[in-house]
Amino acid sequence: MANESGVLVFGEVEEGALASISSEMLGAARRLADQLGQPVQAALLGQGVESLAQGLIAAGADKVYVVDDPALAEYQSDAFLPAAEKVCREANPSIVLLGQTDVGRDLAPRLAFRLETAVAMDCLDLAVSDGRLVMTRACYGGNANAQHTCKTMPQMATVRVKSQEPLAPDSSRQGEVVKIAAGVDASAVRTKITDRRKEEAEGIRLEDAEVIVGGGRGMGSVEAFQTLEELAGLMKGAVGATRAACDMGWYPIPKQIGLTGKVVSPTLYIAVAISGASQHMAGLSGTKNIIAVNKDPEANIFRYCRYGIVGDWKTVIPPFLNKVRELKSG
Amino acid sequence: MLHMICCVKQVPDPETPASQFKVDEATKKVLPVPGIQPVPDEYAILGVEAALRIRDAVGEAKITILTLGPEAARDAVKHALAMGADEGVQLTDAAFENGDSFATARALAAAIKKLEPFDLVLCGRQAPDWDVGVTPSIVADILSLPCITRASNVKVSDGTLQVERVLSDGFETVEASLPAVVTVSNELGEPRYPQLKQIMAAAKKQVSVWSAGDLGVDSSQLGAAGSLLSLDRLYVPVQDVKCEFIEGETPEESAEKLAAKLREEKLI
Ligand SMILES: Cc1cc2nc3c(=O)[nH]c(=O)nc-3n(C[C@H](O)[C@H](O)[C@H](O)COP(=O)(O)OP(=O)(O)OC[C@H]3O[C@@H](n4cnc5c(N)ncnc54)[C@H](O)[C@@H]3O)c2cc1C
Ligand SMILES: Nc1ncnc2c1ncn2[C@@H]1O[C@H](COP(=O)(O)O)[C@@H](O)[C@H]1O
Repeated sequence: MANESGVLVFGEVEEGALASISSEMLGAARRLADQLGQPVQAALLGQGVESLAQGLIAAGADKVYVVDDPALAEYQSDAFLPAAEKVCREANPSIVLLGQTDVGRDLAPRLAFRLETAVAMDCLDLAVSDGRLVMTRACYGGNANAQHTCKTMPQMATVRVKSQEPLAPDSSRQGEVVKIAAGVDASAVRTKITDRRKEEAEGIRLEDAEVIVGGGRGMGSVEAFQTLEELAGLMKGAVGATRAACDMGWYPIPKQIGLTGKVVSPTLYIAVAISGASQHMAGLSGTKNIIAVNKDPEANIFRYCRYGIVGDWKTVIPPFLNKVRELKSG
Repeated sequence: MLHMICCVKQVPDPETPASQFKVDEATKKVLPVPGIQPVPDEYAILGVEAALRIRDAVGEAKITILTLGPEAARDAVKHALAMGADEGVQLTDAAFENGDSFATARALAAAIKKLEPFDLVLCGRQAPDWDVGVTPSIVADILSLPCITRASNVKVSDGTLQVERVLSDGFETVEASLPAVVTVSNELGEPRYPQLKQIMAAAKKQVSVWSAGDLGVDSSQLGAAGSLLSLDRLYVPVQDVKCEFIEGETPEESAEKLAAKLREEKLI
């Protein structure tokens, strides 16, 4: 392919609505496209998704390619891949963006391969320099940052959740919707989903919480997490955990924060008995106010903190909780 | 007999304290830390564990360990052999060096092809060096195999693969026929740790060393020459937050001071 033009964003749907990563990517796409003097394109793959196309236009897309097909009802890479490839060939963009999500993580590498190009995964920052896309991502567990460019076209990246600013949605924005047939050959889908179970606990979602209390290996038990839940409850927040704590079975896996867990950006993060490994901190990159309670004054977590208390959480958290309760009721 | 191939990479120890982690910006390389040895990629080791569990369940199977890396990467293969795998293949050649995921996948796929017949390729969900999670999907596409990523449980029965996958809000179970590529996540559980006796036994197991020539892949397709993604800069980001430690006569006092401070700043 030649004469590539446009920044193509693969929108994502969650519970029948556009997932916030879609508008975050469109915000970035708009910025890049305006610098390049190119249009913003969006793709929407799924079943019954056509009605969401307008939302992508409101979020910054000039043109939306919709592939609406029962074969795309649930994400499976064998089904999504040919459809995504078709959209890319039709749109012929210079840049393709996917979210660093369940779908993007799985789809992007294979889509890049099909398009004979490379992909930079989990990018934090995207910029244009000399007409090329400069992609910055964390590596070595967040200890280093790498900057990449792609030698081939299209230039592809997956984008970390909450790393990009969406535009204010504008429902008066005009755009074009183009329908594309999925052309999925059922026999080419070699996998079959036989079961799905959600493990979402009730309460405020980690992704939406303004206050998060995080617990680590130093909590020592399942029961200890109840104290954190009580504290989070007082502040209308949510509880998250480190991989170490999840691996111990003290807290549900979907509540893991970090490189291989959720990316969150609360206004306040209270890290309790967490060492602050770079892989955990990778899930908190946009968080402004981090405070920590840790018995080790040398713990890495304090390098990220505004305020810290050196001490045993068992002696610090209960009086903290009481004081918060008092302040809240006062 | 079921033949499983596990791809294992040797990486700088991801537990290296952040304060000791350094890069050389000129060569865009991570500097080795004195006293901290490279380790086998922990997710890939869980791939080996998954293979061993499958072998335990079906009774008989052959497990081959495959690595691409310098001479020293032999240690990763040895570790996996000591866990119970049968043989090892190491791809070592200057032509493989500094490759991106695509170039590495080409070499691994060619080696896997050479190891035919095989039923299952097991990899880690992402190697804890570049943290990308790309290589196995490309290997699968090159070999025209299905790829199931982020497994927390892998079973094989009657030639059918059953994989439980970790999703951001739960789990799903996926079935596929063999052969296939599966990547494994930490939710699989703890890997077994080799005992001294097994380490001794592993010393006798065969590790073949293959070069680019042995794979029949043109060196323009491999390593830095075959890479599509260029690394333009590698640096350690600066942390500019300064922690104010809250102190008191007692833990209660510090805790109350902290709460009051957060209230003052309208954070709670
Ligand atoms: C590729 C890769 C991906 C990873 N992804 C993630 C991820 O997504 N999320 C994640 O969290 N981790 C991840 N990890 C793991 C990460 O490297 C750390 O091992 C993990 O975050 C450590 O968890 P922790 O802080 O709970 O435990 P530890 O590191 O063991 O720290 C426990 C802390 O608690 C303190 N402590 C102990 N007792 C008390 C007490 N009574 N009171 C107060 N403080 C106490 C200790 O001083 C210590 O600092 C990943 C690792 C790798 C290699
Ligand atoms: N050089 C290599 N040698 C062997 N296996 C590798 C190599 N690079 C990647 N892999 C496999 O691919 C997985 C994901 O790696 P990556 O795509 O680099 O994050 C790893 O966990 C390994 O199983």
